[in-house]
Amino acid sequence: MTDDRTGVRGPADGAAPDGTAPDGAAPDGTAPDGAAPDGTAPGGDTPDGAAPGGAVPRGAAGLPAARTPAATAPGAPVPGAPAPDGRTAAPTPPAPRDPHAPRASRGGVSAFGSLSKVMVVAFLRDRSALFFVVLFPLMFLVLFGTLFKSASSPHAKVAQVGPVAVVDSLKGPARDDLDKVFTVTRMPDEAEALRKVRKGDLDALIEQDGSGTVVLRFSAADQVRAGAVQGVVNALVQQANQDASGRPPAYRLRSAQVEDESIKAIQFFTPGLLGWAIATGAVFSAALTLVSWRKKRLLRRLRLAPVSAGAIVASRVGVSLLTGLVQTAIFISVATLPFFGLRLTGHWWLAVPLVVCGIIAFMSIGLVVGAVAKTEEAANGMAQSIVLPMSFLSGSFFSMDDAPSWLKGISEVLPLRHLVTSVQSVLTRGGGFGDALPTMGGLLLFAAVLTGIAWRLFSWEDA
Amino acid sequence: MTAAIAAEGIRKRYGDIQAVDGVSLTVESGEFYGILGPNGAGKTTTLEILEGIREADEGRVELLGESPWPRNPRLLPRIGVQFQASAFFERLTARETIRTFASLYGVGAGTADTMLDRVGLAGFGSVRAEKLSGGQAQRLSIACALVHDPELVFLDEPTTGLDPQARRNLWDLLRGINAEGRTVVLTTHYLDEAEILCDRVSVMDHGRILRTGAPAALVRELDDKVRVSVESGVVGADALREALAAAGAGDVTVEDDGTTLSASTRTPAPVLSALAERNALRGLEVRGATLEDVFLHLTGREYRA
Repeated sequence: MTDDRTGVRGPADGAAPDGTAPDGAAPDGTAPDGAAPDGTAPGGDTPDGAAPGGAVPRGAAGLPAARTPAATAPGAPVPGAPAPDGRTAAPTPPAPRDPHAPRASRGGVSAFGSLSKVMVVAFLRDRSALFFVVLFPLMFLVLFGTLFKSASSPHAKVAQVGPVAVVDSLKGPARDDLDKVFTVTRMPDEAEALRKVRKGDLDALIEQDGSGTVVLRFSAADQVRAGAVQGVVNALVQQANQDASGRPPAYRLRSAQVEDESIKAIQFFTPGLLGWAIATGAVFSAALTLVSWRKKRLLRRLRLAPVSAGAIVASRVGVSLLTGLVQTAIFISVATLPFFGLRLTGHWWLAVPLVVCGIIAFMSIGLVVGAVAKTEEAANGMAQSIVLPMSFLSGSFFSMDDAPSWLKGISEVLPLRHLVTSVQSVLTRGGGFGDALPTMGGLLLFAAVLTGIAWRLFSWEDA
Repeated sequence: MTAAIAAEGIRKRYGDIQAVDGVSLTVESGEFYGILGPNGAGKTTTLEILEGIREADEGRVELLGESPWPRNPRLLPRIGVQFQASAFFERLTARETIRTFASLYGVGAGTADTMLDRVGLAGFGSVRAEKLSGGQAQRLSIACALVHDPELVFLDEPTTGLDPQARRNLWDLLRGINAEGRTVVLTTHYLDEAEILCDRVSVMDHGRILRTGAPAALVRELDDKVRVSVESGVVGADALREALAAAGAGDVTVEDDGTTLSASTRTPAPVLSALAERNALRGLEVRGATLEDVFLHLTGREYRA
């Protein structure tokens, strides 16, 4: 019954049939505030359930087009309302409605948009978050990429004492080839040279005695280099023997390089560190948003606004996806710089949907952390103690190939492990849908399970 | 007629503590209603149940004719809530904060800016919300609760921790909000605040409402003594006592501590005329009971942490 509202002093009541009709002649110049403007169905004869002031959620989509754009101003001063007292800070006329305000339309979308904006702004203004999420992992990429760039060719240092015919006789291209493998330094004092080999300053000492025997004394500190030096010197001696025999060699060796499929450092570190960076960003963003918004009562505040939980979650996921994809773009751009020399293969773009699925999976971990943790500090600690071991076990920093089988077993159940392997495969090793799709499915399944767990553990309030 | 709030027999228990123990109250539309009580009286829990944030174990609540629990999206745009601790987004300025809340209700930026201006924060729009002073933060928080023009506004201890100027400034703002026809429900433990602002108050303790009424009515109901005091030395305490006895003034306690001569009585008229006859009104003060006396009378004087 409309009469039920008789006592409502609020102008929301507008031209309500309570005898105060003049009040409704909206002092703010809007159309009489009767039923229609505020979202009540046109026709206005709705029963009292459709109370004034937004019986229809203001954000609801699909409202009748007949809605007056100028919404009511329930704040309009009620003529005859007792003037409070002299000291009243001149109750300014109530906030006039912004006529351009997209008042009713798409509340869900606008909530999604404004919450996303809030998170992006907060992230961009948080220097330490920017550093740890974007720059810190990139520093590792640059550092590791540079350090391990030339690790493949162990260049040996060899001291030569006195004349050594097999070395001295090398001229032109043959000599250049030798220099590629090791540097020969002439040293006058055998004892001094030997001491340096012992200390590890030099890798080997070469000399020739009167009988034509070439003596090579090496340190086994670096077995790869020791082996390389031995092999080369042995080959030199055999070559010299062959030449000395004056006969053409019976056998020849012709070597050809096969397309190299071993993993170069940058191929390994790009997906590994990218995975670590993404996992860090996603777990922390989900966990900390949840905990800090709950602690600051923002969750409660949002719950009191006509905003769906879906819009809140969607905006958080959207912003995390955005940051994750920006991270990915930066990583790949840096790694493909000529200096680092990452070469992308065929379906490298599959890394993008893989990363998207990965972010969703890691955010679900963050949701569980955020549901359990009561304070930001606790969430921080929990998130870090999940992300870091997971990254180590997933081969983000070093290969798990040589790990004991039980560790590999653990690593197999970690989402990051699969993300890193698949991204590596599609990014640089010619992998395709066959590598990406099962991983994407697995990551999404993982996310579904953990989100379910988080939902069970979740609470809007601290207490 | 639909009351803004009608609650009946609400109860809420946390473990061993009966936080709310059978609260019934009715708030009329347009009323400025106060809930008073010492810390831990159950004010905040009651408010949270009314707002629809918590479910009552028992009882019935209707807000503007609808049930607030479970979360009722039709009701949300019609109510505005301000919490004890201000809930702002991180690293946003005051203007961004209120615009964000406005957009959650589909309210435009222009309206949000006007509201910011109205609470006197127009000059602080580009200050980060966490950098605002206590009073400014409270005003921002109230602005955020009002930006969508709610009919019913809940304020939980809005002036706690503010200095006297900021409190008065906020009172003016709250009176203005109420004067526009909004129903305002306020919890506070400042009695002067309730006395000045509220049309009616409920005094709560141990989860129950002890008394409800207009502040002045509650004070009258207490029927406490009036204390009349003047500067001492003009008239002697004994002389006054004799004069009052002669006039048949009844139960009067007269004391002189060397600075002030005071007389406590339920019938101040004979005292005043006796003093006036003797031209002894220098430094006259007449103090009746206040809401504070009602409060202390109802909730006891012992200190509770």
